Amino acid sequence: MQTLRLWLRNRNPADVMAHAVTLLFASTVLLVTALLVYELYVSSAASRQEFGWTFLLSRDWDPVQDKFGALPFIYGTVVTSVLALLMAAPVGVGAAIFLAELAPPKISDTLTFVVELLAAVPSVIYGLLAIFTLVPWLRETVQPFLQERFGYLPVFQGPMYGVGILAASMILAIMILPFIVSISREALLAVPAEQREAALAVGATRWEAAWQVVTPYAGLGIAGSVFLALARALGETMAVTMVIGNAPKISASLFESGYSIAAVIANEFTEATGDMHLSALVQLGLVLFGLTIVMNAIARLMLAATSRKGSPQ
Amino acid sequence: MPVRGLITTIFIALLSLILAPAAPAQLLINGAGATFPYPVYAKWFDEYHKRDRQIQFNYQSIGSGGGIRQLQAGTVDFGATDSPMTDEQIAKAGGAVLHFPTVLGAVVPVYNVAGVRQELNFTAEALAGIFLGKITRWNDPELAKANPGAALPSAGIVVVHRSDGSGTTFVWTDYLSKVSPEWKAKAGANTSVSWPVGLGAKGNEGVAGLVKQTPNSIGYVELVYALQNKIPYGRVRNAAGVFVRPELKSVTAAGSSAEMPADFRVSITNAPGKDAYPISSFTWLLVPTKFQDARKKKAITEFLRWMLSEGQKLAEPLGYAPLPKGVVALELKAIAKIQ
Repeated sequence: MQTLRLWLRNRNPADVMAHAVTLLFASTVLLVTALLVYELYVSSAASRQEFGWTFLLSRDWDPVQDKFGALPFIYGTVVTSVLALLMAAPVGVGAAIFLAELAPPKISDTLTFVVELLAAVPSVIYGLLAIFTLVPWLRETVQPFLQERFGYLPVFQGPMYGVGILAASMILAIMILPFIVSISREALLAVPAEQREAALAVGATRWEAAWQVVTPYAGLGIAGSVFLALARALGETMAVTMVIGNAPKISASLFESGYSIAAVIANEFTEATGDMHLSALVQLGLVLFGLTIVMNAIARLMLAATSRKGSPQ
Repeated sequence: MPVRGLITTIFIALLSLILAPAAPAQLLINGAGATFPYPVYAKWFDEYHKRDRQIQFNYQSIGSGGGIRQLQAGTVDFGATDSPMTDEQIAKAGGAVLHFPTVLGAVVPVYNVAGVRQELNFTAEALAGIFLGKITRWNDPELAKANPGAALPSAGIVVVHRSDGSGTTFVWTDYLSKVSPEWKAKAGANTSVSWPVGLGAKGNEGVAGLVKQTPNSIGYVELVYALQNKIPYGRVRNAAGVFVRPELKSVTAAGSSAEMPADFRVSITNAPGKDAYPISSFTWLLVPTKFQDARKKKAITEFLRWMLSEGQKLAEPLGYAPLPKGVVALELKAIAKIQ
């Protein structure tokens, strides 16, 4: 109490007001998140009681028999997101380094504008692009090629429909690329000019300065862009459901169809008439929430492990 | 002073604008439910509003499941569904719910088989076998037998089904459950089921699109959708052993050949009658028997009477099969149950 009074006395009333108001705004974020979790938890009660933790490990998804399990959906969500990240992160960071460090300002500005435009395209457009362009191309060109050359690998076996895990991962990669490029570029541009100049002064080439000095300095910002991309990939619904094949199964092949958590919720929620079906769909929402936290935690731990080795921040 | 006078005038004008519609006039009737009949419902509500300016229907096509839930929660005055409510669902609605068939729809098999241009014939066994994953090639004897003269390839069959929960899927799987005990045991009938084989695509447009671009595939879409988009579809052998082309006439025939129970909750898939297309279904309006508001009760009963006479004429141009005469007569009697 004493400290609060002291704190208040030393402050301008306008500052106190601003503090209170912005605090209120900030706490709404927390409040909304808490409400979301509460609502998901309460509405999934029937399903949680019926299936318990086996929900996470069961492969059944049968609305007629009221048997539900999340494993194929967790698998589909994680695999498509991780694959998308593996495809998009190197390209995105590379593009950001070019735009921020190597390209002439005019080209950089134009390209950045285009990239930001890409981020604003609605996901259903990407889905249509995938159905009409990506999927036929995969079916007729890419998948036969992969199977012919690398068919001994289980990931490239099985029938080639075009739609499936691979198509979903690729369209996700395209969708998250603008986020990685745009935010990584901002992070690179925020690196103080002295860092670059010092590197160049000791005889580094422009590429060495960009790759060995500026990029590690901007490491946290780049990692942030990857987190954001991961979150987007985990939750993406429309584009994924349009090309993933929507079959809840787990198979080694990337050509096979799969299903993601967000996609099944969007697909089945409106017409779910059974109470248990509805409850299971809500529980999937809870699982997705948990999955997002776990994936982000893993990413952060990986970041902490790598950045301890003497990177500047 | 003149300024203040002006402000007062504007204020009064605005106030009267806000208050005016609320006072004597418009009656808003809220409904929600099935998406399949939405185009014809929208047309009906619009036409009816032109006849009676006092009554405004507000229908939200949120899906049959959503419609039933909203009705149970009492947030809407009426619901709409593609599959009749179960006894348990009615019990939760806190009062009796009447089903009124409005129009009929049908689900048709669509396919893309290399080298085949003609209309294909499907037996019930063929459709069940394909969707169970037991018939895997296009030149399977079951298919060849029904299609003499068709150059069916030996290519594998790619099955495409709806991924989103849908009344279309309900009708399709309801039919398969009736004709195939194995389907009934393995998958059953529902708006979403656990599919033994196949790729899932979202919406009629998704299924049609995937079938169109995937060689040697088969899927199913609503008749309305196939008609409007000029997608070729096959004939299906009905319970009487006749291969029937799905069209409005054969769908209405299915509606009149089935025996109608008093509460109109009937599935007409695999209907008897040699003209009946076997994968047909009614779609229903769900109306509570009790209305607190006498004006609403009057409006809804009058609308139902109009829908059963004038309204039926608007269905056909939109691709919906009108109700058989016998069903209309029964429904006109049932309107009296609304209190």
